[in-house]
Amino acid sequence: MYDTPKVENDVATTDIKISAHGCQVYYGDTHAIKDVDIDIEDTTVTAFIGPSGCGKSTFLRCLNRMNDTIDVCRVEGDIKIDGEDIYDPKVDPVQLRAKVGMVFQKPNPFPKSIYDNIAYGPRIHGLAKSKSDLDDIVESALRRAAIWDEVKDRLLAPGTGLSGGQQQRLCIARAVATEPEVLLMDEPCSALDPIATAQVEELIDELRGQYSVVIVTHSMQQAARVSQKTAFFHLGNLVEYGDTGQIFTNPQDQRTESYITGRIG
Amino acid sequence: MPVLWLVLIVLVMAVAGYMLGRARALKSAGGDSRDLHSLPSYYGANVTIMTLVPAVGILIVWLLVQPILIDRTISSTVPAEAISDSMTRGLFMSDVRRIADGLDLAVTEGAMGRDEADNIRAEFTDIRDRLGNLGVALGSDVGPEVLRAAQRYRTMSSAGNLLMTLAVLAAAGVGFTISYMATGKNFRARNVVEKVIRYLLIFAATIAILTTIGILLSLVFNTIEFFRLYPAEDFFLGLTWSPSFGGGSELGILPLLWGTLYISIIALLVAVPIGLFAAIFLSEYASSTVRSFAKPMIEVLAGIPTIVYGLFALLTVGPLLMRVFGDDGIGIMQAGTAVMTAGLVMGIMLIPFVSSLSDDIINAVPQSMRDGSLGLGATRSETVKQVVLPAALPGIVGAILLAASRAIGETMIVVLGAGAAARLSMNPFDAMTTVTAKIVSQLTGDADFASPEALVAFALGMTLFVITLGLNVFALYIVRKYREQYE
Repeated sequence: MYDTPKVENDVATTDIKISAHGCQVYYGDTHAIKDVDIDIEDTTVTAFIGPSGCGKSTFLRCLNRMNDTIDVCRVEGDIKIDGEDIYDPKVDPVQLRAKVGMVFQKPNPFPKSIYDNIAYGPRIHGLAKSKSDLDDIVESALRRAAIWDEVKDRLLAPGTGLSGGQQQRLCIARAVATEPEVLLMDEPCSALDPIATAQVEELIDELRGQYSVVIVTHSMQQAARVSQKTAFFHLGNLVEYGDTGQIFTNPQDQRTESYITGRIG
Repeated sequence: MPVLWLVLIVLVMAVAGYMLGRARALKSAGGDSRDLHSLPSYYGANVTIMTLVPAVGILIVWLLVQPILIDRTISSTVPAEAISDSMTRGLFMSDVRRIADGLDLAVTEGAMGRDEADNIRAEFTDIRDRLGNLGVALGSDVGPEVLRAAQRYRTMSSAGNLLMTLAVLAAAGVGFTISYMATGKNFRARNVVEKVIRYLLIFAATIAILTTIGILLSLVFNTIEFFRLYPAEDFFLGLTWSPSFGGGSELGILPLLWGTLYISIIALLVAVPIGLFAAIFLSEYASSTVRSFAKPMIEVLAGIPTIVYGLFALLTVGPLLMRVFGDDGIGIMQAGTAVMTAGLVMGIMLIPFVSSLSDDIINAVPQSMRDGSLGLGATRSETVKQVVLPAALPGIVGAILLAASRAIGETMIVVLGAGAAARLSMNPFDAMTTVTAKIVSQLTGDADFASPEALVAFALGMTLFVITLGLNVFALYIVRKYREQYE
């Protein structure tokens, strides 16, 4: 049914990057996330799986406070990145989001040139000292997102003119360009064809070397292929969290087993 | 038969047709509507339409064409010498019509017998007096030719009306019979109704377009007439506007155009920043409660009649500006009516126009754009400035150009706020006037309609029309060209 997780997926580092405790999220009266505790490791790909509406995207958006932009949304409990509470009033959500990059479900390049799309974050945060500096940042971000060779001759063409898979890699490059420490991906391949998906997955695996990557996915094969840790959400609860190999081969919870074998979903 | 009765009869036939058609269709299917091709109401509607549409169509065309035909026939039979020198043929015919109406009235009121009205002779009776007693005022004594023409007019009208009644009833009857006979369970009534609805919609669209063309043509003919009397280069290049109905007037459009542009520019300088910022606040920053309250409040401004804005300019803004820039203050303003007064008030008038359109356009920018920008650590204002506004720009430019054509066409605020003096000046505190305000002043009053001083209004209107049309086309072009920048 799914690829057996490879042995080399297991990593030695166990530094905790993000830790959430007693996290609750409410949309108005709806209790969307119920008491979630999770420790996400650095330089690891963590996959959130679960049926639609189970709260995995909501929880992901808590990690960079994107839920702040929704009026009726309330977050309780504490979420720490590098030991610092990100919901502390002293924390500037804008700076937090620079540190925690995000890639969305649908590719959403800005209606600007490819170059300006990538340079957007670095310009806002003043990461480049000079024009040539910025050129370097753009080039290395595009290289890391494995799209440089395809776009290097048309950096001034609009980003919206690229194909879907290229657009999504452009968005990943855009997120990478601000030098985040954590990269959140909300179903990054759901709008892509299998070839583009393979490219993005390969890319995620490479990004793991520098970042803590959290990916929400509906595809269990994808979770098995790219992640080292997997968390299974169901009806707003974090049901099970552990090494990907273990979740997929030897789930401890009945609900997890039902889901990965396709009985609930 | 009066037209009202005719319409009522046709309507009754149509309603009856609906019920009969529906019943016949149901009967042909043995009472089971599932055996019908269409729903029973479609069969009814089909009969109604076939009864109503041809009959009403004939009625409308007949009512439009008959007076023209009768006019033409009678007018051609009246000898030229019967029309006195002081009268044109048009005036003669309007006298004829009025007497004919008066005779009709006399017959219905019972003041005259039917035969008397047909045979009465101007040589023996004072028609003017007798009709005057019935409340029909005539400008002069009725001559025999006029009376005879009027009587012929009446005869032809009543014959025409009888024919019309017959034709309309026949059309309704034929339509009814044909459609009723065609009704049966295999008749595709639904498709017929669908087709009729399509033509109805096409008809509505055509009316709108034809009206525009009609307005344009009425302007064009008068404008051509004007340029026959007054040289075009003096009109377009003249620097002086001083119409005098005694003759020898200078009708240069440039001072008026300058006034129009100056006031519009000031208005846009007020309206665009305020309107745009209000729109950004409403769509990007305001909570939904504030928005649901503030948006209608701003749009209330759009509901105020422009004459009220004019009063506001005259009574409030003008004196206020006088206090600062007038003789007591800086001393560059002579009177309360000035370009600045009108421009400021017109700007306020345009705020809801700009803000409402821009708000819609900004809201149309996909949320994913904002998420992408915020997710990269941009603040809200950075997101607005660098992502939302560039994405919405074509639409906003379109909104501004539409506001500009509103400003150019505005009249009442100018009349009350900017004064009536046509002059070329750079000082925004001078009184100036615009094209629209001058159109009003040239056409009101007792001016001879054939003089260049009155006809110039049409040339002004035409110029204005071309300018605003150009702006609108340009706005549409901009909007369309850049629309698909985001999905």
